Amino acid sequence: MSNLRRHLSFLVLGAIGLVVLPYFITSRFYIDVLTLIFFTAYLGQSWNILGGYAGQFSFGGVMFFGTGAYVSSILLTTFGFPPIFGIFLAILGGAFLGLIVGYMSFRSGLKGSYFALITLAFAELLRVLANSVEFTGGGVGLFLTYAPGLSNLQFETPVGFYYFALVLMFISIAIVYWLEGSRFGAQLVAIRENEDAAEALGIDTLRCKIYAIMIMGAMGGAAGTFYSQKYLYLDPPIAYSIHLSVEMLLVTIVGGMGTIFGPLVGAFVLHTVNEVARHFIDTPGLSLIVYGLILIIIIGYLPNGLIGAFKKKEKKSGSNSLDKKRSREES
Amino acid sequence: MLRVNNLTKKFGGLVAVSSVDLEVNEKEIVSLIGPNGAGKTTLFAMVAGFLKADEGEINFENASIVGMKPHQICQRGMVRTFQITQPFAGLTTLQNIMVGAYSNTAQTNSARKKAEEVAEVVGMTSLLSQGADGLTVAGRKRLELARALATDPKLLLLDEVMAGLNPAEIDEIVKVIKGIRDRGVTIFLIEHVMKAVMNLSDRTYVLNDGKLIASGTPSSVAENPQVIEAYLGHGAAEAMAEGA
Repeated sequence: MSNLRRHLSFLVLGAIGLVVLPYFITSRFYIDVLTLIFFTAYLGQSWNILGGYAGQFSFGGVMFFGTGAYVSSILLTTFGFPPIFGIFLAILGGAFLGLIVGYMSFRSGLKGSYFALITLAFAELLRVLANSVEFTGGGVGLFLTYAPGLSNLQFETPVGFYYFALVLMFISIAIVYWLEGSRFGAQLVAIRENEDAAEALGIDTLRCKIYAIMIMGAMGGAAGTFYSQKYLYLDPPIAYSIHLSVEMLLVTIVGGMGTIFGPLVGAFVLHTVNEVARHFIDTPGLSLIVYGLILIIIIGYLPNGLIGAFKKKEKKSGSNSLDKKRSREES
Repeated sequence: MLRVNNLTKKFGGLVAVSSVDLEVNEKEIVSLIGPNGAGKTTLFAMVAGFLKADEGEINFENASIVGMKPHQICQRGMVRTFQITQPFAGLTTLQNIMVGAYSNTAQTNSARKKAEEVAEVVGMTSLLSQGADGLTVAGRKRLELARALATDPKLLLLDEVMAGLNPAEIDEIVKVIKGIRDRGVTIFLIEHVMKAVMNLSDRTYVLNDGKLIASGTPSSVAENPQVIEAYLGHGAAEAMAEGA
């Protein structure tokens, strides 16, 4: 996007700002919140590739996260396999799961809400499975020992994890940045806008969709390793929580689907709203209501997300029109 | 170049296309006409791989393409447009055409160059940066044509690219289609606009109730009593002959 290039110096400045930020923030709380924002933005970005660019909404994105977390954690606890290599197997595991889920659902032509539901079903299935088999530790869960060091991807200070999350997020932005200017990205967008036309113009829509979900899976896998090495505990409800599936699509929708910075903006806004509401409202549960209300307002009034609203103000024509109705009759 | 034998498609009890044989030779413009509901678009959809034929053979450049997916057929050099235009609504005209151009190159720069070239051919250069959802009907029809052309096809299947256009716009698009043929692309088109059919086609096939009822040069087909009856109703040919 030429627009992006124009703002490149601004972006580099922002990135440098994030890198040096921990030298100015001494509060552990803020570092943790920022780490969580990067982590959610990263997961949101993985959802964005399949959902925002290829137009295939998934409701079970957590399955890749959970599977990646189990892959590296089990390798670590049973074989002592260092997570710095384990993360790559987690990435492979996530991509492989993406291949299976993608092949099965896209091959049978599942789209829209049917696809969303089947991904939800896969995530639930994996949660139940992880609960009932032994090598995952079942319902008791897996406990990882704390032994800081790069080979364990564990750090002595929260700042270490801050940088870990920041690197993940930078990588995810780089992936989507590449996507925007590439043939593969254009093909995904074509599929989102009109799958029949895409197919007619020589795009192997099945293959493209499977690649997209594999990228999402690979990214989710790495996130799983990050999480388990940071929190040192994993059980099926954490690994396959619906909450995380919803969060990754929420930050993307709020920020702006199919945009490079949508997930980051969404994650930043939602986490900030959440923290601020929690800070100022003492009545238990009320902060969640405020959070929910703000969410409804954003989604109701800004169907293209915050970035979409900003773009519209900047330039009225050539809008991203995910919400615009298209007549798709079969002749 | 394209040879169709005994092609049949049934929807439940309705025979939409009934053992049709036809042929399109290299560098020809061949048209397919017929009343509404004759099965023209169904035939196109089968040829382009969007519908599975119940029976029959489809050969493109001496190889069977039955059972192939549309994208595979496109990669072999046959591409269709849609009667009901199917733009990538959220993208600009340029981005739309680039999707077609990407079928031959992975390079963004060469895809953009190709798209700009094609836009020139169909006369859309001034609309390149406009959103596809803001195009007029004529613009959308041209965009269909441009996207298909950007895939560098050997055979172009055009499904009513003139429907809904005014006479001036039709004259323009007829010129564009002739220009495309002169660049060496074979064209097979479905059309209702008779003036354009007469003007453009080397040969014409007439489909009625799923069956081919006539074929030949456009003028010979237009005088065929069966064809007149198909369009105007039973007895029309006689009445016209008497009237004359």
